[in-house]
Amino acid sequence: MKENVIKIKDLTKVYKMGEVEVHALRGVTLNIQQGEIISIMGPSGSGKSTLMNILGCLDRPTSGKYILDGKNVSNLDDDELANIRNQKVGFVFQNFNLLSRSTALANVELPLRYAGIHEDRMALAQKALENVGLGDRVNHKPPELSGGQQQRVAIARALINNPAIILADEPTGNLDSKSGKEIMELLLGLNKEYGTTLIIVTHDPKIAKFTARTVHIFDGKIKESRS
Amino acid sequence: MNFLQIVDEAWSSLNANKMRSILTTLGIVIGVAAVIAMIAIGTGAQDTILNQISGIGTNLLFVFEGNEGSNGSTNVSPLTMQDANAIGEVFAAPHVELVAPVIQGSGIAKYSGETKSTQIFGVTPEFQNIRNYELTEGEFISEENINGRASVALLGVDVAEKLFGQTENLVGRTITIEGQPFRIIGVLAPKGGGQFGSHDDVILVPISTARSRLFTREQGKVDIIYIKAISAESVPQATSEVQEVLRKRHRTSLGEDDFTIYSQQDFLTLASSITNIFRIFLSGIAGISLLVGGIGIMNIMLVSVTERTKEIGLRKAIGAKKKDILIQFLAESSLLSMLGGILGIIFGWIISALIGSFAATQGIAFKPQVDLGAIFLATLFSTAVGLFFGIYPANKAANLEPVEALRHE
Repeated sequence: MKENVIKIKDLTKVYKMGEVEVHALRGVTLNIQQGEIISIMGPSGSGKSTLMNILGCLDRPTSGKYILDGKNVSNLDDDELANIRNQKVGFVFQNFNLLSRSTALANVELPLRYAGIHEDRMALAQKALENVGLGDRVNHKPPELSGGQQQRVAIARALINNPAIILADEPTGNLDSKSGKEIMELLLGLNKEYGTTLIIVTHDPKIAKFTARTVHIFDGKIKESRS
Repeated sequence: MNFLQIVDEAWSSLNANKMRSILTTLGIVIGVAAVIAMIAIGTGAQDTILNQISGIGTNLLFVFEGNEGSNGSTNVSPLTMQDANAIGEVFAAPHVELVAPVIQGSGIAKYSGETKSTQIFGVTPEFQNIRNYELTEGEFISEENINGRASVALLGVDVAEKLFGQTENLVGRTITIEGQPFRIIGVLAPKGGGQFGSHDDVILVPISTARSRLFTREQGKVDIIYIKAISAESVPQATSEVQEVLRKRHRTSLGEDDFTIYSQQDFLTLASSITNIFRIFLSGIAGISLLVGGIGIMNIMLVSVTERTKEIGLRKAIGAKKKDILIQFLAESSLLSMLGGILGIIFGWIISALIGSFAATQGIAFKPQVDLGAIFLATLFSTAVGLFFGIYPANKAANLEPVEALRHE
């Protein structure tokens, strides 16, 4: 039995919008094993985004416990969360979120800068780009790259700090089906090669089919299915 | 991140919006240039004025008739030649070296069709020493000239230039002053121009001649008595000695003085306090434009934070702490204002130099002084302006919630 990289127990999240309280998560319990590939599906307003934000340490739960890679991250302050995000979470966004003024290399290198690593940053970033098949595009800026290539840069950036989990939010949402398929294959390949836990948030059942385990979220509660 | 990377990132981000960065910097450039130029002009003006006052002579006292402090004493006895002689008594006033009674007025000098309106001083031989006049040719007014009420005159170079178109070989020629013929006995060496009337725009004549032929004065009366103390340190003693002599002679030992003594130091102090106010006033106005430039920076930084909300969210998502974002934006605003400061110093310098050379072409002895202190202050102040006005936008950026920022379109 592999170790659980994510342990979530009785997680709730309540937003206060003026007088009204919105219960986005109503007691979510979820364990994800090291190296697992999992998709999270749900319609908009289901609490899917809230769960993803908490999983990615961008937000804190109102109550409940979240242990990421052996560390309780439920009640950390902003800077501690920033550190966790830097070290343990790799983000892949639907719209890539690259810095358009910087080269692919500089984009991939950025998390290392925030990590305070001074040496070999360029070499590490170069290697990460080679791993996603962009070794010959390191000095291109995002606007000079295709959508699929940009997403590869984003994936290289997500992997650069050897995170515990990769959190991909609709990673193929802005791509044509061919590049989308390539990106999925790349993500799955990296999972196989490095054993990085992969969490894909999507509303596309075709993407969810790539994953062995799917978590459906509806009205702030989850329901699991395995394929 | 180390310092160089921070500067590098700030630079590339400013570079991404070149036109906007340039326009924002312009506010600081103008502000700093104005401060530098204004301080330079103020300092230059101060130097010029103080030099002119010093140029009159050294360790001087000036005695005027009347007392400005009193509300019109009823019995003002005029200053006379006898007063001057009494002050000159070495036992009465041991700290006085020289005394020169003067009658002054203005008049018109003519020579073969050329006319010049100028200041005319009726003086004694001591005047040469007191006012440090050198001669380029001829001789100064002598005792015999005084006794004989000789119609002789010394010309300042400005007057000579206007009447004759030359400043040499003028001794022996005859000009008319106020319609009376005067023989030229010498030409004064140039002393430089001045705002209070050039030292070179003068005609000197014997005091006795001035009284009898040019200006109507009561017998023995003089307008000003110039006094030279034996040294700078003895100016206060000389002042009180002169005061004593005049009080005795004017019988005012009980009442108010009917004369006023100014020292050259009084004029220097007065002039430098006036020019200091002038300088502070100028740089204060220039400082306001620097402030406006700073507000421009704040404005553009706020726009930049809003525009780059998503970038800030992304940076936070991949591990940037509040401090990192804060430093990034502060670096941009201080870099903007520091560049503005450097350009402003260069422009301010150029403006000062242009004004200086303009003054030189106009024959005005005025040289703006750009000093290192002003440059240092301007650099420091402009960077501080960038930091100060960058704090609010940078803080706003640093406190953005990553979730909200990422969702921003």
